[in-house]
Amino acid sequence: MSFLKITKREDTPRQKAILIRIISVVLSLIFAGLVIAVLGYNPLEVFSSMVSGALGSASRLRQTVTKAVPLIITSLGILVAFKMKFWNIGGEGQIMMGAFAAASVALFVDLPQPLMLLCMAAAAMIAGGIWAFIPAIFKAKMGTNETIFTLMLNYIAIKFVTYLQFGPWKDPNSQGFPKIADFPKSAVLPSIGGMHMGWIIALVLVILVYILMNHTKKGFEISVVGESVQTAKYAGMPISRIIILSMLLSGGLCGLTGMIQASAVEKTLSSALSANYGFTAITTTWLSGLNAIAALFVCSAFAILVQGSSYIQISMSVPAAVADMIQAIILFFVLGSEFFLQYKVSFHKHGKEAK
Amino acid sequence: MKKFRKLAALALAATLAMTALTACGSKDASESADKNAETTEDATTVGFIYIGSKNDGGYTQAQNQGTEAVKEYFGDKVNILTAESVAEDKQTVKTNAENMIDNGASIIVGTSFGYMDAMEELSAEHPEVTFLHFSGNKMNDTNFANYFGAMEEPRYLSGIIAGMQTESNKIGYVAAYPYTEVLIGIDAFTLGVQSVNPDAEVKVVYINSWNDPANEKAAAESLLAQGCDVLAQHCDSTGPQVAAEAAGAYAIGYNLANPDAAPKAFLTAPIWHHDKFLVPTIESIINGEFKPVSYYGSMADGYVDLAPMSDLVKPEAKEKVEEIRKQMEAGEFNVFEGPIYDNQGNEVVKEGESLDRAGIWSIDYLVKGATGADN
Repeated sequence: MSFLKITKREDTPRQKAILIRIISVVLSLIFAGLVIAVLGYNPLEVFSSMVSGALGSASRLRQTVTKAVPLIITSLGILVAFKMKFWNIGGEGQIMMGAFAAASVALFVDLPQPLMLLCMAAAAMIAGGIWAFIPAIFKAKMGTNETIFTLMLNYIAIKFVTYLQFGPWKDPNSQGFPKIADFPKSAVLPSIGGMHMGWIIALVLVILVYILMNHTKKGFEISVVGESVQTAKYAGMPISRIIILSMLLSGGLCGLTGMIQASAVEKTLSSALSANYGFTAITTTWLSGLNAIAALFVCSAFAILVQGSSYIQISMSVPAAVADMIQAIILFFVLGSEFFLQYKVSFHKHGKEAK
Repeated sequence: MKKFRKLAALALAATLAMTALTACGSKDASESADKNAETTEDATTVGFIYIGSKNDGGYTQAQNQGTEAVKEYFGDKVNILTAESVAEDKQTVKTNAENMIDNGASIIVGTSFGYMDAMEELSAEHPEVTFLHFSGNKMNDTNFANYFGAMEEPRYLSGIIAGMQTESNKIGYVAAYPYTEVLIGIDAFTLGVQSVNPDAEVKVVYINSWNDPANEKAAAESLLAQGCDVLAQHCDSTGPQVAAEAAGAYAIGYNLANPDAAPKAFLTAPIWHHDKFLVPTIESIINGEFKPVSYYGSMADGYVDLAPMSDLVKPEAKEKVEEIRKQMEAGEFNVFEGPIYDNQGNEVVKEGESLDRAGIWSIDYLVKGATGADN
């Protein structure tokens, strides 16, 4: 009966995988181009303006990097969890709790700048780690579903910060406007190369996470637990400890993103601070194939897309909705290609159905 | 070995991709620079950052009318760039402003209160660019100014109408945040209501957002359910007006003379004429005569106004409004003239005294007759 047959691929040859990915990118550009043309813009002009808007000058490049930093660090955090097949959808909440902890230090403790920043970072990593530890311990001890658990903890974190912003932490000097007071100067990350130093932190972390995951015993254990809990058990690995440690690391990295965004970008805590990085990073992590070096490039490409589309809104007066649509189309095709990497679709012309 | 080859291939592919991107990037940069040069010859580029969309039927549309007036007045001497739906977090505001400056903007106009801290940072980072901020209270001596208006005057007038139109003596007010600017509006409105109808009360609901059409409408519906038969608003969309019309009540809009959203409910609206500030200020920047100010336009200046009253407004209310309007335009009427009591019964402005601009902007109470609640 069926002309279409979908089978799971046992193993996708490397060249074929690359071909599928290239086709998906080309198709997404053609399709997005069509939509742009229908809306009355010149697609080539829009695309080239997007690329030049993200990379064409030092100031544009700086903006792109600033957008890539939170994505990269969050992706690294999510990568550690995903490698273990622990579906950490809670990056958003871990970012928020990290930012909250960093703000607690920045607003209420008086320290010289280097010490202040280190304390903020440490507090943020611990808070983010705890926010990931809660679902981890439940999963390790009671086998709860971590996807739902981490997802729901996001909303608790965001609502908690909203409560602080509208309630006890509202800046008394803001004349009733719900904003938290700005951090003191000592709590603001310094700039290097015209950008806040988050980009250096991100690069160092990419290398560290790469080494951890690919060249250490811990990293190996994490992937074994991910591949098969039975195997890990048989090999005598302390499974609960591995789950909990790697989730502390995963949440800790997301928490650090929160500290960097609060300290360097917003210079305060706000309920809008996580800006969906926790969710976007799920996509970028997945596209990176759970490889830290690849994550660096995927996140940079994503940042180029984001900065490029925000740039064309100004330079070509393309409405925000259209810029969002271009982004969505490209993502749709690139993510869609994952399906064709995992499954084989074949057509049956004749013969088979007669049987 | 195999792993290493895979890694090498990945790195190579990535480098190639990056080179390709940067290569065409730099080519486009020169192209777009040429294009800019061609359109901007002598023109000044002005960037407007909006919190909503240009056709929101209220706040941002009113801001954009100011922009349109600038365009009309200066013609091809000015290039306009706009960014819509820009959230009030620093990163978003700064990205948009940086992209505008990158496109040649030498004047940036930010039209929401929450942009203030981002604009303050930007004004220090870009001393060559002038920043004009609507509704803020920060400025500097060189390139950062703010502007606002005595909205309390038309608010008071609209209160007179509400006080005379209401049958149930319950008037609803959908408000953004319990922030000074909003409190001033509620108080002025309530004083207007009470000047003609001391029995009427004003019920305020805060939605904790400037611009949230669904929430604005929901808050309005809860006020209508409590028996309010006239609604006023301090939020951006026409949601409360639409809700009022559906319930057969009256509505007083805000920002824009726009009866079309709810023609069977619309009475009038306190409105802005942003061009009254923008045109002369941008002219002075172009001429190099600009000095940062904290502008506060009144009804006498024509910067704030009451929209033409619809046919639904009772003739005696129209008459009363015109009488007070004349006094305001002559500068003889102060909305905040004692005695004024807050809603706890404390005397906040003594008999024979009145509030000046500084006094008005330190208001942190609701006056007698008004009660507030969160939605």
